Amino acid sequence: MKKPLNSMTVTFDSRSVNEGFARVCAASFVAQLDPTMDELNDLKTAVSEAVTNAIVHGYPDCVGKITLSVKIFENSLVEILVRDKGRGISDIEKARQPLYTTGGKERSGMGFTIMESFMDQVTVRSQPGKGTAVRMKKRLSVRLGAGGQV
Amino acid sequence: MVIEQKEEGLSVLLEGELGHHEALSALRSLEETISQQSPSRLELDFSGVSFMDSSGIALVVQSARQMGAIGGSLTVRGVSRQAMRVFDAAGIPRIVRFVGKEEKR
Repeated sequence: MKKPLNSMTVTFDSRSVNEGFARVCAASFVAQLDPTMDELNDLKTAVSEAVTNAIVHGYPDCVGKITLSVKIFENSLVEILVRDKGRGISDIEKARQPLYTTGGKERSGMGFTIMESFMDQVTVRSQPGKGTAVRMKKRLSVRLGAGGQV
Repeated sequence: MVIEQKEEGLSVLLEGELGHHEALSALRSLEETISQQSPSRLELDFSGVSFMDSSGIALVVQSARQMGAIGGSLTVRGVSRQAMRVFDAAGIPRIVRFVGKEEKR
């Protein structure tokens, strides 16, 4: 893959209060591409799901570190990476199934479904005991004025 | 969360962001409200919600389940365009009644 035109990385504690921070952080960075409101909301929602998963499932009994990286490539391609060094997922296929959850009743089991429907591509890599990385890509519409130039 | 007894039933106004951070307390107070008041009709008003992720789905599904158990009905209104995309992606409009035009936010 080509080198990104621009990138940012931020690391924060796996506290649920940081979910809002992560959403806004990713959205502010992507704002330079002049995305549509729908595109921006889709990215925020996908980030929210991935970060929530890291907090709830990556670090169920402790507070660990979560890293959010956003990269911008040519033609308004955005790549978002959410990583944790937590518990990991033993059966990724099962975890991605709609309605499947090991969380409480405040979880719907639709996190991955939302990420998949709002992003063009979602890749999950995980190793039990080592952590999980969720990589999501979305190509934004190239609009006049922004043109994908950074 | 603002709870109001209207002529047509119980109305609950949800406010602010509705993510995992806010979901558990919202779910608990909603659950408590339904079990205490056993309304025949419940309306969840999302017009005060500025952002919602799949936590909102859990809230609506849980309320629908609880209302179903007491033989009541559930209506969801005032859903923003952003939140509607989340509900749509999960197919929730097939199981719960949504009313009112979505507001563009």
